[in-house]
Amino acid sequence: MELVRMTAAELSAALSAGEVSAAEVTRAHLDRIAATDDRIHAFLHVAADAALAQAAEVDGKRATGEPLGPLAGVPVAVKDVFTTAGMPTTCGSRILDGWHPPYDATITSRLKQAGAVILGKTNMDEFAMGSSTENSAFGPSRNPWDLSKVPGGSSGGSAAAVAAYQAPLAIGTDTGGSIRQPAAVCGIVGTKPTYGGSSRYGVVAFASSLDTPGPLARTVLDAALLHEAMSGHDPMDSTSIDAPVPPVVAAARQADVSGMRIGVVAELSGEGYQPGVLTRFAEAVDVLASLGAKVTEVSCPHFRYALPAYYLIAPSECSSNLARFDAMRYGLRAGDDGTRDAEQVMALTREQGFGAEVKRRIILGTYALSSGYYDAYYGKAQQVRTLIIRDFEAAFAQADVLVSPATPTTAFGIGERADDPMAMYLADLCTIPSDLAGNAAISVPCGLAPDDGLPAGLQVMAPALADDRLYRVAAAAEAALTERWGQPLLGHARGLDA
Amino acid sequence: MAITRGEVGYLARLARIALSDAELDHLAPQLDQIITAVAQVQEVAADQIPPTSHATGLTNVFRGDDPVPCLGAELALDQAPAVQDQRFKVPRILGEE
Repeated sequence: MELVRMTAAELSAALSAGEVSAAEVTRAHLDRIAATDDRIHAFLHVAADAALAQAAEVDGKRATGEPLGPLAGVPVAVKDVFTTAGMPTTCGSRILDGWHPPYDATITSRLKQAGAVILGKTNMDEFAMGSSTENSAFGPSRNPWDLSKVPGGSSGGSAAAVAAYQAPLAIGTDTGGSIRQPAAVCGIVGTKPTYGGSSRYGVVAFASSLDTPGPLARTVLDAALLHEAMSGHDPMDSTSIDAPVPPVVAAARQADVSGMRIGVVAELSGEGYQPGVLTRFAEAVDVLASLGAKVTEVSCPHFRYALPAYYLIAPSECSSNLARFDAMRYGLRAGDDGTRDAEQVMALTREQGFGAEVKRRIILGTYALSSGYYDAYYGKAQQVRTLIIRDFEAAFAQADVLVSPATPTTAFGIGERADDPMAMYLADLCTIPSDLAGNAAISVPCGLAPDDGLPAGLQVMAPALADDRLYRVAAAAEAALTERWGQPLLGHARGLDA
Repeated sequence: MAITRGEVGYLARLARIALSDAELDHLAPQLDQIITAVAQVQEVAADQIPPTSHATGLTNVFRGDDPVPCLGAELALDQAPAVQDQRFKVPRILGEE
């Protein structure tokens, strides 16, 4: 079998059996990137030499019989929001163009320690603000199903890389849906772990109470393997949860939903949803019921306010977090010709360094936090956040997991929503509630929408620290649906064939 | 109208972004539309509902006061836009006189 078509679990088995070397696996993926990335543009930086050096190190350790973890020698693509020593980190922004961070994010160093081979840094909406990668200062990535469509965002480069067989695994971050939405529209698996379950240290901050790193992969088991390797308590992150990583790999192997109570969220359906997405979602729910799950409908009445609350909370936090880009200690500095004072240089640098969406959100957040508006906007949004958490608590009293479509529509066209912020924001309609509540959620492919032939995702949501339930349900759905399709969904992708 | 062009200009100054006139023309109506949409949160009856700033319920955490190696001056200054005498060199912050 072609190395780049193998899953991480298959590569891991072949590597540990000595059937293939990490160097061969890495070279195959670098070749695939070289052959396809002019069309996909998933990567902002390909770290070929560093990746081959890392692979040689793993091969050396294996030759001496050193015990290695399951990801040793398996390639992974890293969203360009994680700091990486020795590699640039731009966050898709001109303001960080050429910046080389002096340290690794905790997750970067955990991946390195696990022997995972870092192929490079993937494209993203600037500072993770967006749902299409069109907000990247370095141009959009393209969807491997149809190159005229967006791959979703903000972790769109990571999702496109995995869907284009450039990498078996990738990491992203999810603040309002930035892992699950691109995974759904690229026909792959993406997880937002429980907030605090994966470290934010070295993840350039967008909205700190929401930002959650997580895995993207072509199969549920692969996502679980990466989830387990990247997660766990980190003393360097003050919101990291000091608890064991939920048994996600065991759950993905168990893949059993018999007797599980599955709640269909009534509010995440209906008007504004593409009919073909709802068709595939309903079929996936039927499949879960046929596997022995008890399906009920649950109501979360405040979810309709999740999107507006999110677009107050996230911009408020971003307006504060992005104040650090002040042109003084690192990154771009513009107009420092001796005639301007520090404040003028700062304002000119931020004008030239930030793109339109980042500016919109900083100004929106500045508005929501300003005196006279704070109570009416930010304060109210924080109360809505409480009500959404209570909706989840009531729903999880009736169901072990909740399900919904992962996105209201399939992938939209590049340029279609680029200058219509409200239309773009709707892409995260289904994913935002779990971010506000800090619980766990996954998107797993549930078929091709009959109206346009593009992939749709099934979202499964679980209470905080019950991430393993996501994998039980997603793996069961994946097994049953793959049998129905006759092959993994991604086998139908034709965007790179032309 | 939720927000005027003048107010957007004022907020941009607070946020230290030197927006051009063309950008102001473009951004102001978009922000007006967004603020009108997000104002829906005001419909929710939320009296007596406590705000949530953070979903984990964690309280402040402390680490031991143990010395550990930190970034050296050379590495800290490595990515600076301008350096002089092992320090960050910045534009003037005070008036001329």
